[in-house]
Amino acid sequence: MSGERAARIALRMATIAVLGFIYAPIVLVFVYSLNAGTTTVWPPVGLSFRWYLEAFQNTGLQQAFLTSIGAGIGATVIALILGTLASLAVSRHHFFGREAVSFAVIFPIALPGIITGIALSATFAQLDIPLGYPTIVIGHATFCIVLVYNNAIARLRRTARTYEEASADLGADSFQTFRHVTFPAVRTSLVAGALLAFALSFDEVIVTIFTSGGVKTLPIWIFQSFRLANQVPVVNVAGVVAILLSAIPVYIASRVAGGDLVAGPARTTAVR
Amino acid sequence: MTRRLSGWLHRRPRLRLGLTLIGPAGWLGVLYLGSLFFLFLNAFFSRDAFTGRIIYQPTLENFLSLTRDPYPQVTLRTALTAAAVTISCAVLAFPIAYYMARVASPRRRNLLVVLVLLPLLASYLIKVYSWRLILANEGVLNWALAPLGLRGPGQGDLAVWLVFTYLWLPYMILPIYAGLERIPNSLFEASSDLGGRSWMTFRRVVLPLALPAVVAGSIFTFSLTLGDYIAPQLVSTTQFIGNLIFANVGAGGNLPLASAFALVPLSIVVVYLVMARKLGAFEAL
Repeated sequence: MSGERAARIALRMATIAVLGFIYAPIVLVFVYSLNAGTTTVWPPVGLSFRWYLEAFQNTGLQQAFLTSIGAGIGATVIALILGTLASLAVSRHHFFGREAVSFAVIFPIALPGIITGIALSATFAQLDIPLGYPTIVIGHATFCIVLVYNNAIARLRRTARTYEEASADLGADSFQTFRHVTFPAVRTSLVAGALLAFALSFDEVIVTIFTSGGVKTLPIWIFQSFRLANQVPVVNVAGVVAILLSAIPVYIASRVAGGDLVAGPARTTAVR
Repeated sequence: MTRRLSGWLHRRPRLRLGLTLIGPAGWLGVLYLGSLFFLFLNAFFSRDAFTGRIIYQPTLENFLSLTRDPYPQVTLRTALTAAAVTISCAVLAFPIAYYMARVASPRRRNLLVVLVLLPLLASYLIKVYSWRLILANEGVLNWALAPLGLRGPGQGDLAVWLVFTYLWLPYMILPIYAGLERIPNSLFEASSDLGGRSWMTFRRVVLPLALPAVVAGSIFTFSLTLGDYIAPQLVSTTQFIGNLIFANVGAGGNLPLASAFALVPLSIVVVYLVMARKLGAFEAL
């Protein structure tokens, strides 16, 4: 029995160590954002909020932030519509190619982002579609569909079809059944999927690099500002904003979706 | 009006299905898979060295280029890195996933799930950037190791492996956790009733049942490593598959060659997905 006790203690220690490993680099960015100095030499020289003030006055950063919010909302709306439709089709119909749909939905997230990125940018170039905000949204929506789809389908699989049949037997038409039966059952999973889609879009770099043209999202702005020594303190602040704006939706999603969310990372996944 | 439409649709389930599917199928099937197919076609074209225009005549020239330096070496290096990252992620993920699924109280379990989930999507770029700061000459790692007379790995291949392991670790923890949580308690009891000690139970019951979950996690650790070029670029000067593709698309302006090379990770991932599906990993996704 004492062997088992030792194993439990060892497991707990390992858990704490891994969590420390996961969070230390994130905490470090917070610490640096409050650093009074202009370099990233460790240890920090003092506490200061001056970089926050400077960041909030940086018009390039503001613009990038707003672009990211806009792209996130656009991609989320499209993903919400297409992901819901796909999940309804797969869970409520039997048809040839049903498996292919579930495969096609996962594909954009399982493939390396650079492939999705150059495939889309080559196609846009071929079709003479100029790169910019709309193409960013198209790229993001493509890999965000899976987040809504996976959340919705997990819920739909557990929601008995008999409720929908009962609704139809009681005289409800398809739209009424959807509005009063199906939708309320999947509502929270859709909210969770949408929040994750937004977080993923807000954070994405690689596909964005290929589809944005000259438009800068927050991650692109950060990526381009890394190398500029005088921007480094502001990058730290932008990093804190980026972390919070992708972590907060995920946190809310995990509260809203309860147990559904944790069944796998395809549900919660980012793609590069 | 909606009622009549609804009734009309109800009698035509195929049409209803068609209307439901047209959006997602159009987007993913036509736009996305179409783009991938276009990329695939490009791999068989060539580029005029003077004008930079694409010559639309089928050729295998690009694939021949891929057999020459540095492509085979870079492919091998990337695949080995992806394998090493997958192994280190699995090793680090298993204990915490096991603790979450089988030891922690339900309250603590939920807390841990959220704690692992949060950094999953939390700014990829910032995490790499943070590692750049940690590993820098005057960074926190060297500062912490200095009293021991040691130095961190600095930038380089070791740093790439470390950063990838860090980045994809949550992708491995979550499916393993979900897989372990699904194992019924009765199996543990049965094993112990049959005289299985903890280790025996672990090896004969837990590991085989957790395997699909590990494979599910490895889809992410492997495939994400295979295509990433930002992390290697920020913490090393080593070339990986993604770096070469990017260099060919960007500065090189050689889309056909880049497309041909992109087919390498693409086929590796497809083969990997098919194998994973056979092992039942999709249920664990």
